Amino acid sequence: MIDHGATERRILKTELRWAVFVGFLVLMILGAIVYAGISMHINPPSNREFIDPKTLHLSGEFTEANLGTSVDTDGQVTTRVIATQFSFVPQCVVVPANRTVTLRFASPDVIHGILVSGTNVNTMVVPGYVSQVHTEFTRTGDLLMPCHEYCGFGHSQMLATVRVVPPEQFRPGPDGKVTCG
Amino acid sequence: MASIAANDALPVPAAAPAAGEGLRSRRLVLSHFWLAFAAFLIACVLGAWQMWARSPLDAPAHTASNYFRSVTLHGVAMAYVLSTFFIMGFGYFVAETALGRPLKWLKAGWWGFWIGVVGVLMAALAVISGKASVLYTFYPPMTATPWFYIGLVLVVVGSWIWCGVMIAEMSFWKRDNPGQAVPLAMFATVANAVMWLWTTVGVAAELLFQVIPASLGWTQMVDVGLSRTLFSWTLHAIVYFWLFPAYIAFYTMAPREAGGRLFSDTMGRLSFILFLLYSLPVGMHHLFMDPEHSSGFKFLQMVLTAFVSVPTLLTVFTIAASLEIAGRMRGGKGLFGWVAALPWKNPMTLATGLAFVMLFFGGGGGLINMSYGMNAMIHNTSWVTAHFHLIFGGTVVIMYFAIAYAIWPSLTGREFASLKRVRWQLWLWFIGMMVMTIPWHGLGLEGQWRRVAAFDYTDPIIATWGPWVIVSLIGGMILLVSAVLLIWNLLPAGLGRRTVQVYRYAEAVHPPGRVPAALNGFALWNVLVAVLMLAAYGWPIAQFFADPPPQAVIHHMDRGID
Repeated sequence: MIDHGATERRILKTELRWAVFVGFLVLMILGAIVYAGISMHINPPSNREFIDPKTLHLSGEFTEANLGTSVDTDGQVTTRVIATQFSFVPQCVVVPANRTVTLRFASPDVIHGILVSGTNVNTMVVPGYVSQVHTEFTRTGDLLMPCHEYCGFGHSQMLATVRVVPPEQFRPGPDGKVTCG
Repeated sequence: MASIAANDALPVPAAAPAAGEGLRSRRLVLSHFWLAFAAFLIACVLGAWQMWARSPLDAPAHTASNYFRSVTLHGVAMAYVLSTFFIMGFGYFVAETALGRPLKWLKAGWWGFWIGVVGVLMAALAVISGKASVLYTFYPPMTATPWFYIGLVLVVVGSWIWCGVMIAEMSFWKRDNPGQAVPLAMFATVANAVMWLWTTVGVAAELLFQVIPASLGWTQMVDVGLSRTLFSWTLHAIVYFWLFPAYIAFYTMAPREAGGRLFSDTMGRLSFILFLLYSLPVGMHHLFMDPEHSSGFKFLQMVLTAFVSVPTLLTVFTIAASLEIAGRMRGGKGLFGWVAALPWKNPMTLATGLAFVMLFFGGGGGLINMSYGMNAMIHNTSWVTAHFHLIFGGTVVIMYFAIAYAIWPSLTGREFASLKRVRWQLWLWFIGMMVMTIPWHGLGLEGQWRRVAAFDYTDPIIATWGPWVIVSLIGGMILLVSAVLLIWNLLPAGLGRRTVQVYRYAEAVHPPGRVPAALNGFALWNVLVAVLMLAAYGWPIAQFFADPPPQAVIHHMDRGID
């Protein structure tokens, strides 16, 4: 005679043991993410900061004079870029290596997105919001900054350059601005 | 575990229904499958051309507008037509064969089918005309011709009818068989129908309240953050909608096809319930890189996303254990001897093995995608394209093939002329998918971005990607060959001698007699889904009304192209 109750219990026990292992695995993964988030400040670029896409170029932070990289009086480096069909304004930005840089983006038209090749810089640029990423570039040289979200037929041509220069070559002009030219 | 198969005499399977009785839904099932596979073949041709266009080689007819028209059609055909029609067709088959009685609401099924067909034609013509190159994920404030969206809404309406038929057939059966456990294949199919009704709420709201009024010119502005949030509601759960048939095959078909038993029926029910619960409140992981949501809700949905890996990990274990039973019953010995003893010539067994390999790579990539911070490394790069091609195009679609192969003889009354050609088709699909997606993973890590019609290979960074793009193009060509083989296998030309077969599902080691009501229906689980959705999406959606952001001007992609 075969005891079906016994096999059923054995199956249940095996499954439960595996379920506990799976639960442990998932908690480990979550633990690693939380640890990275807290200790290494690896967090998503959340930034509920509104800007009107219809008027952003007319006044305020994203007017022509404010675009590109500028250093304010306490030495904070901020790079402002407009992502628009189908280019970035400006097309090239300079940033210093090994210094915290704040990148700020806005779109006057449709959804765009950016990444900087070889780095973890990545954000969507959604009309209505200022997207913001804090980062520190460690490698010098010209990096690609493409639009990575479909924004129309010209999407493939939408590509900018991020020029990372050694700190000693990063010299702001009297207006605090640094340009590629 | 090993001793279960070796020592115990297993219960005798229930008697199969009388052979020779044709399925009432035979034509309905076949119509769905053929529409699905026709769309699939066209989409494969387009996919291969798109990879050619992105490579350093010169592709014919290569313009940006052709490229995005092609990507839109590829996405719509694969994500909305292949998946939806395959799932509906398979659902009707399961309802009739697993419940062992003719479909009561057959006519409703035909209504759903024809409404879907009208929708597919409307959407397809809109895309071909060049007035709907907005990809299958829409991207307002860009809008296409209204015909595109209305066509897709009709496809969804057709699928809602299917959901109604599935739920009705199960409740009729339960009424007639009080206290009996609903057969697992049907239980899972209804779980999917219930989940799909929840899933479509997000995209339906986006289309009906935001996108269609905009595309008709009734509104001039749109809240983009809200539209992205509503689409994210649908965007992850839809993937599980596609995935369900593969898991149904793992649990209820593969164990028997391999010559064994399902290790645990209860674990199957639990996994399908977990999918219903955790597929939905997780869509915001597609918005990790978006500005419009706080890190808190992103974190909450990331945790819930981690939980959705649980049913998959349970499934991998249960199915591996079921296959081990089969392998040992066939005389396999030792720690891994049972693997070699499995009937790898059986298409379902082969497909299950290959699907698991792709699931391993695709699922591993998925864990990286869901990791909140690491997502920044790969968001909108080829890595993501690789991930969902492996999971959906690989694991899921190869199981669609396997399901079609398994039930084709009972639908057509003919055997396959060459099982060898069937196996070739499965192997080529697997090889093509691996060759295509492994370079994509690497390129994604190097920053190759998505949705681009052409790359400038004169750029020194991009130039180094060229050879790998060509490798993945070769993978794409292999996939195209496999797609053509599939159609050949399924057409009358690929079929052989006549046969009378009634499809039988896998029995569990311990067939469920009675199961608790919670494991035999969805009332309780619907309440829990509502609670989870309220927690995960309540405020993230309400915030757009409580504190409205500036809206964006509609960009009509369909105007000025005549």
